[in-house]
Amino acid sequence: MRVTAHKEQCVGAGLCVLSAPEVFDQNPDDGLVEVRADQPAAEHADAVREAVALCPARAIAIG
Amino acid sequence: MNRVEFPMTRTCPFAPPPRTEELRDNRQVPRVRLWNGTRPWLFTRFDDCRVVLSHPAFSADKGRPGYPLSSAVAAAEVLGAPTLLIMDNPEHDATRRLVQTEFTVRRGERWRPVVRAAVDTAIDGLLAGPRPGDLVASVALPVALSFVCELLGVPYADREFFRSRTHTANDVTLGTAEAAAARRELEVYLTDLVRARAVAPGDDFISRAAARITEPRVLAGMALLLVTAGHDTTANMIALGVLTLLRHPDQFARLRGEPADAAVEELLRHLTIVQRGIRRIARTDVEVNGHLVRAGEGVIAAISAANRDPDWFPDGGRFDIDRRARAHLAFGYGNHQCLGQALARVELQETYSAIARRLPGLRLAVPVEQIAFKHDMAVYGVHALPVEW
Repeated sequence: MRVTAHKEQCVGAGLCVLSAPEVFDQNPDDGLVEVRADQPAAEHADAVREAVALCPARAIAIG
Repeated sequence: MNRVEFPMTRTCPFAPPPRTEELRDNRQVPRVRLWNGTRPWLFTRFDDCRVVLSHPAFSADKGRPGYPLSSAVAAAEVLGAPTLLIMDNPEHDATRRLVQTEFTVRRGERWRPVVRAAVDTAIDGLLAGPRPGDLVASVALPVALSFVCELLGVPYADREFFRSRTHTANDVTLGTAEAAAARRELEVYLTDLVRARAVAPGDDFISRAAARITEPRVLAGMALLLVTAGHDTTANMIALGVLTLLRHPDQFARLRGEPADAAVEELLRHLTIVQRGIRRIARTDVEVNGHLVRAGEGVIAAISAANRDPDWFPDGGRFDIDRRARAHLAFGYGNHQCLGQALARVELQETYSAIARRLPGLRLAVPVEQIAFKHDMAVYGVHALPVEW
């Protein structure tokens, strides 16, 4: 699973961080999404899918 | 269908108006009539509400002619300093990004000890006071107000001023002029504060935000939003949440030992205190899952009904902290989704946890039929919560 985040769409809600803190973070300077692990371990797959579904800006894509 | 009035009436204080749930289940999208004669479309399904709240064709600008205002007081929001609530893109995202760093999950975590201390102080006050006590006056309001005062760096002594002017600004039974006057008083206070911090910066939101928001009016507007949207909501969630937990004692008892984050999400979903829905107006013709909304028409996303949509939340009327359904729309959706949600979550988690641990014998001091619910306010809650312990 490859994870990409479209920072230009991000509104900083942080739901991705709450779902998968090992995979997502928020940049301390602007509060926007940062992908910590763009090919996360399989154990995080469900959490990443939840993050995709929850993002209010639909800023996360998986492929 | 065009004689359907909105808002609709609850029959049970713990559930949305049944008519909104019927419309959702029958997949009907009526035009409803508001207090001022405008006739927005009422969307009650979860998927439709998500579109309404995120499609760029919908504007949040309450100044647009035909905007489906929830009440006369809502009209006051376009008078005075502009806030994020009424901005569209590109201005909205550009402005929000200037302060987003203050509202990250990480920043929320840093507030935990501050909130915990405030909750403990409030509970001490409840325990030392008369019996029965009032959880609203003794715990919910003090915790919520002290948090917003800490965030802004204003004296806690000014909290009654914030509480009363916010109450006026949100009281849907009042007129635009009264709401505008209350907002103006808050704006004057906050503008003075912005000026004071410019001369002598401190460790507070306004001082930090001033580095990025250089227009005092915009900064004062941001602070105004934090005051008006940031304490009434959490205070109401605290009180109504405790009342709900008292009605589900097995689940409440679990909060003595386990973290409250799942309970907070389920309370947000189950209660959906923004009870009159979230409104928008179409800038251009737009389709909402096949339903055509024409330019200039208003829409309401009835999030309390959407938060019980069986397609997303099976048996949605059941309160279940193990549900783990975090897609609820209680904080909204799209780019306007609640700016303060990370802070609100921490505030609520700490409050429910502390109450569960320190007040294990908490119970209502009156029958639930005697509880006064805020049926007429923009944000749902209870006016008082008489409790024994």
